[in-house]
Amino acid sequence: MYLYPLWVRIWHMVNLVLFLLLIATGLSLQYSSNDYTIIPFGYAISLHNITGVILCVGYVFYLFANRFTSNGNYYQFRLTGMFSRVFKQFKYYSYGIFKKEDPPFPVSVGRKFNPLQKISYVVVMYVFMPIIILTGLGLFFPDFLPDKLFGTSGIHIIDLIHIVIGFILSIFMLIHIYFCTIGKTTSANFKSMINGWH
Amino acid sequence: MKRFSLINVLLLLSIFLTAEEMNEDHIDHSPLNSKCFNCHANSTYTFFNEFQERTVTKRMNPYFLIDSVIFYDQNHKSFECVDCHSYDYRSFPHDNELSLDLMPTCLDCHEGDDATADYHFEEIDKEFLESVHSTKHSDDFTCWMCHNPHTYKINARNNQNIKETIVYDNNICLSCHADINKYQLITNKQNPNVIEKHDWLPNQIAHFAHVRCIECHTLATNDILVAHQIQTKDKAVKKCVECHSKNSILMASLYKFRAVESRNKFGFFNSVILSDTYIIGANRNYYLNIMSGLVFGIVLLIIIIHAILRILIK
Repeated sequence: MYLYPLWVRIWHMVNLVLFLLLIATGLSLQYSSNDYTIIPFGYAISLHNITGVILCVGYVFYLFANRFTSNGNYYQFRLTGMFSRVFKQFKYYSYGIFKKEDPPFPVSVGRKFNPLQKISYVVVMYVFMPIIILTGLGLFFPDFLPDKLFGTSGIHIIDLIHIVIGFILSIFMLIHIYFCTIGKTTSANFKSMINGWH
Repeated sequence: MKRFSLINVLLLLSIFLTAEEMNEDHIDHSPLNSKCFNCHANSTYTFFNEFQERTVTKRMNPYFLIDSVIFYDQNHKSFECVDCHSYDYRSFPHDNELSLDLMPTCLDCHEGDDATADYHFEEIDKEFLESVHSTKHSDDFTCWMCHNPHTYKINARNNQNIKETIVYDNNICLSCHADINKYQLITNKQNPNVIEKHDWLPNQIAHFAHVRCIECHTLATNDILVAHQIQTKDKAVKKCVECHSKNSILMASLYKFRAVESRNKFGFFNSVILSDTYIIGANRNYYLNIMSGLVFGIVLLIIIIHAILRILIK
């Protein structure tokens, strides 16, 4: 079935590249040292800023696209029974998959994401992404940040939130990429990202 | 003969009152200082011209104008004017030749002075003599070029507000490097434009507001609190990681006085910086470092085990 329209695929690919660059430059900045160089500090700052701004623009595009196309429907969920559905999917990934059980929530035109994917994507895209973008913008324009926050410098708190969320998103990405190998074949989902067919 | 106007009397009163409020323990309200400030704290001065046989009012040379309120709030506030200036200045009109007198420098009073031993004036002088300010200029470049004796107040040691210290200290540099009139006192060279010369520096505004010029332009040593060995421009710090790293040089300069508690590995590295600002790369957290490594390792391990099991069971 044709599940991934062109704009989703392009947006997803751009996000992949941006995430990788942001993680690499972010780590390089956080662990910058006189003894070794991961990426030269000046380049890392510029690249992190540029990719961050593109990610920000891409996110705004994503919000509008989800609002005005049917893709946004995939992110809607009912709270009733959510936990048991998520747990069912978790059980499948934990040991059902090894017993060759059928997926409890197979992909269909009406259900692109299983409950575990759905809840994690919603949290990532509608909670963590806004936080990391807003804190990133704060660090980009530090003059707008409060001098003091909770007894320490405002920029410190904002940066702390930025790097913690950045780390969580990096872990999400690691798991996300691994889970892409769980398809009909190991490479099936990766092919879907290119041709749009699932 | 001088004539006291009502304004001058009020001004004198305000000097006494303000000075007394500022510091109760020391002020010597020297009548002699008051006599000097009667003219030198005002934009005009009035005197009886004996040749013309009338009272005249003249404009005070702005470079000889002293803000008496600031004077009584600075390091040498207890001084009489004639402690540094010639005693002959007590008479008016002043003898023109008095302006040719050599002014004392810091070491003339502070060398071997036990009361100010903590400031290490001898080491400061040694560093100054090795700095470009001394090696590239004539003897006209003295302590007073940077430390205005009528206004200078120690800052880094006393002020808990680092941002105020930064502004205060940078203004000392800018008093020449952003003022061609003062710059030309010691050289005929063109005064380099500070903003243009730092074009290469990312986020220039943030850097200028959060570090002092001397952080990058001096060689910090252990002995003295504020480094005085200004380096040639080719030796200035240009490598970002000199500051943006765990072993940030700022700990040996800007944050030196507060650095006792730093280097505490069980928390934020260089934590003294955090009360004022945050420096990428210099303020990592020990616990977060350990925790993030642990979480990443566990997730990776689960993924590897999951993948191996999938391959084995296939």
